[in-house]
Amino acid sequence: MNNNDCVLRVEDIHKSFGGKEVLRGITFDVRRGETKVFIGPSGTGKSTLLRCINQLTLPDRGRVWLDGEEVTNSGARINYFRQKIGMVFQNFYLFDHLTAVRNVELALLKVRGMGKAEAREKALIELRQVGMEDWADHYPAELSGGQAQRVSIARALAMDPDVILFDEPTSALDPELTREVLEVMKRLAREGMTMLVVTHEMGFACSVANEVLFMENGVVAEQGAPDLLLRDPRFTRMKDFIGRLDDRPGD
Amino acid sequence: MDVLSILIDWFPYLLSGVTVTIGLVIAALGIGIILGLPMAIGQVYGSRPVRSLIGVYVWFFRGLPILVLLFLFWFGIFPGIGLGHLPAFIVGAVVLGLRGAAYQSQIFRGGIQSVGEGQMIAARSLGMSRLTAIRSVILPQAMRIALPGWSNEYPNILTDSAVCYAIGVAELLTLASRIVAQTNVMMPIYLATAGIFIILNYGGLKILHGLERRVEIPGFGTGAV
Repeated sequence: MNNNDCVLRVEDIHKSFGGKEVLRGITFDVRRGETKVFIGPSGTGKSTLLRCINQLTLPDRGRVWLDGEEVTNSGARINYFRQKIGMVFQNFYLFDHLTAVRNVELALLKVRGMGKAEAREKALIELRQVGMEDWADHYPAELSGGQAQRVSIARALAMDPDVILFDEPTSALDPELTREVLEVMKRLAREGMTMLVVTHEMGFACSVANEVLFMENGVVAEQGAPDLLLRDPRFTRMKDFIGRLDDRPGD
Repeated sequence: MDVLSILIDWFPYLLSGVTVTIGLVIAALGIGIILGLPMAIGQVYGSRPVRSLIGVYVWFFRGLPILVLLFLFWFGIFPGIGLGHLPAFIVGAVVLGLRGAAYQSQIFRGGIQSVGEGQMIAARSLGMSRLTAIRSVILPQAMRIALPGWSNEYPNILTDSAVCYAIGVAELLTLASRIVAQTNVMMPIYLATAGIFIILNYGGLKILHGLERRVEIPGFGTGAV
């Protein structure tokens, strides 16, 4: 892999909470336009890993680079890097006091210093991207979970990020709403957005991931193209895990 | 002279106290919000020394009877810092305001703490500084949550303002007692005074509830139907 191609580099990330080591040395590179999916049992540090990348959680050890610049230990410049690293949350975290379009334009106005008209125009373009332009003037309380998540994706897109981190974006949604959010994410992946996705959606992983990282006990236990991990008999742990997923009663 | 004509004669004089009372209330609410809001922010987001300092302030101003506070400032603190010449109105407004700030800071603090933690996380993830996030995301929500409780400060301060009688501010109660001294008519005068307080109370709350409705947005309703 040549260096220009590598948009994000994560090196030896460690993190403990109250003596429990949640991340025990995670390293990977992300190429521009790539979609990486993180899969694994709950409590194996997948969400913590995403938060360590944009420093919402400070890692105990390890470094993160974005486009060759170090994100870790960057002091006040972290606010610059965070504009370049979008994030989408399990519970959407839309700004509850703002309409959809104002959710998308807020950071354009307050962080990027864009003019009102320009920010509004860009926000509407991003809402159109996720099929939410007709809901621009609705408040988060008036949106379904799927709609809210699509607005939050538009909010992340508006900053023109180099990479977007998706932290279990569909875990709070029923299957119907999950599908509408995954459709948007699949399209973004096809259009060349660089994405890191923590999810339990194997269908999504198989259809769009360039690489799947199966995490267990704070380390990457298996790593490779989805096909490989699912079919190659040398890989067993992710298959075991997925087997257990399918066995869940009543699911 | 019968009671009714006394009442009619003196009513305009009594009403002139309304301006002073309203002035006290507005000044006190204003001082309260100007000091109380930053104090609330400091108490939630500040460093430990900042939080303790605000804690001491709140403890002091909530811990003393308003009349004791008023006397402390009127006879002791203001003369002590060379401001003994200030008119009683100013001293009264400042004391009501300082005390109001202690109460209001706790109302705003409750509002800030009711805003979900995800709001700050989402704001920071977009590259907002903490200050921008507080100003553009946290406070607009916190204020809406706090508004009904804050409205409740209005009747508190309105009724408290009558203690300024004790230092001779020409507010409603002071004027009423002057009229009583002049005319020897007691109950009708105090009843009229009570009536004016009730009207002020009702009118003010009406305005504040109107304000609540104006800033109401989906998801931040007061639950009133």
